[in-house]
Amino acid sequence: MTGALRVLEHNLVVYRRTWKGSVFMSFVSPILFMAAMGFGLGGLISRGPVRTVDGLSYLAFLAPGLLVATAMQSGYVETTFPIMARIQWERTYEGMLATPLRVLDVLAGEFGWLALRLGLGSVAFFLVMLVFGTVHSGLGILAIFVSVLTGLAFAAPILAWTATRRTTNSFALIGRFLITPLFLLGGVFFPIHQLPQLIQGIAWLTPLAHGVSLARSLSAGALQSSAFIHLAVLLFYASAGIVAARITLHRRLVT
Amino acid sequence: MATSATPPDALIHARGLTKRFASLTAVDAIDFDVERGEAFGFLGPNGAGKTSTMRMIGCVSRASGGSLRVLGMDPVEDGPQIRARLGVVPQSDTLDTELLVDENLFTYARYFGIARNEARRRAAQLLDFVQLKDRAHDRVEFLSGGMKRRLTIARALVNEPELLLLDEPTTGLDPQARHLVWDRLYRLKQQGVTIVLTTHYMDEAEQLCDRLVVMDKAKIVAFGSPRSLIHRYSSREVLELRFPIDATPALDKLNGLAERIEVLPDRVLLYTNDGEAAAVAVHSRGLRPEAILVRRSTLEDVFLRLTGRSLIE
Repeated sequence: MTGALRVLEHNLVVYRRTWKGSVFMSFVSPILFMAAMGFGLGGLISRGPVRTVDGLSYLAFLAPGLLVATAMQSGYVETTFPIMARIQWERTYEGMLATPLRVLDVLAGEFGWLALRLGLGSVAFFLVMLVFGTVHSGLGILAIFVSVLTGLAFAAPILAWTATRRTTNSFALIGRFLITPLFLLGGVFFPIHQLPQLIQGIAWLTPLAHGVSLARSLSAGALQSSAFIHLAVLLFYASAGIVAARITLHRRLVT
Repeated sequence: MATSATPPDALIHARGLTKRFASLTAVDAIDFDVERGEAFGFLGPNGAGKTSTMRMIGCVSRASGGSLRVLGMDPVEDGPQIRARLGVVPQSDTLDTELLVDENLFTYARYFGIARNEARRRAAQLLDFVQLKDRAHDRVEFLSGGMKRRLTIARALVNEPELLLLDEPTTGLDPQARHLVWDRLYRLKQQGVTIVLTTHYMDEAEQLCDRLVVMDKAKIVAFGSPRSLIHRYSSREVLELRFPIDATPALDKLNGLAERIEVLPDRVLLYTNDGEAAAVAVHSRGLRPEAILVRRSTLEDVFLRLTGRSLIE
């Protein structure tokens, strides 16, 4: 555990130089999205025949979905090129493993750090949601944890994959064929039940739909028993990803 | 090696040490002991198995066969405990380019669990030692190759290691930078740090190593002190003759001029105890080489003798 803290401390020293820009962006991006999609598109919907989406104003429907989808994107971005750099280009991990640190310490430190980063981003997003008045329940604060967990549910398997790669070719493909389609079709902008049955099924196989659904019900204060399934799916992806990453990163670095 | 019992003071003890990757045998059943306080070298061309051996000693690669003890412990079981007492300078620098020069030392010290104040003190002291004090707050990417190498060495010393592993410490450095690195390593040796290094530079091995093994094609082909190896496998002096292209004389014209003659693509080497006399004899036979050089025998000659090939091709 102390080993993981030292890896985390390393990342903190690196972050000290870039935190201002990163924190700034954590607020700007949700504000822009909420303004454009919520006021713009949401304004149209509220004047139309439907008025609400699943019983919520469009902005209140959209906000928790965006919160979780942003965490998904961060999880993807942070575990492709930056991890490749530390494995192969900068060989940071090779340096770490020449000390008492073990592969497990490196991984625990990276995931711990990632959870912190996702947490900071999610808190910023949540504050914006509060300001826009889209949080209808005290339970809503738990959406922050759902967001972090969803981020990790993507980050851990993707890191496991990255550790097996020698080139970055597949990273753009993950973005194009997994992250972007999920962002658009995973229940963030409209309810999944609008989609054809097949695509619905695919969406429910991924962590995003479960994270979005859980965060939305928390934010609306309408928690259902399906919450446990959502949580279980998220935990499954995160922990299976961590186990896989332990195997692939070890295989890559300790030869 | 000749000794089969573990010397009481051996920091590294290897018997039949083997490393296989799929179809390739990188290290083929080698035996060696490294004793406390010595500078021990692995000399050999690229691909001889030096780095694989170093990685097994550094506990980041598992032996495929044989036995290996480092600091009296098992690298597979006790990796973290062993690494806590090692300093490692890898073949290519693994400095953290996201961090400043002094931050590199600080965070590395923290990996060893060294307290923050002590980590800062050691970072300052080591930057002084490797003459990078005035670059403490620079970005790593702005350092020259020699400076990066020195910083890597400083980083490897941050835990005050008993055993320092250096994989090709001066490859790619200019002569001045190399001498500075050698000087620092020599000082460390005098302070009692045990040094294990790999190199394909014979002058490096001769400068730094008390004892060395010559590796070729995954095996140890000779071992001893640089002086004893030269004594055993070469002559006192070497006469180097360089002839114009396509004008290398037939070997029989040189017959009897030296104990042994090697014809290389670009020059002819005559192994003899008296280079000057051989040069005179070459001249008296009517041969007119473009250039003549009499020099001391080096480990390069040893390697050539043992393997029939130059060390750096």
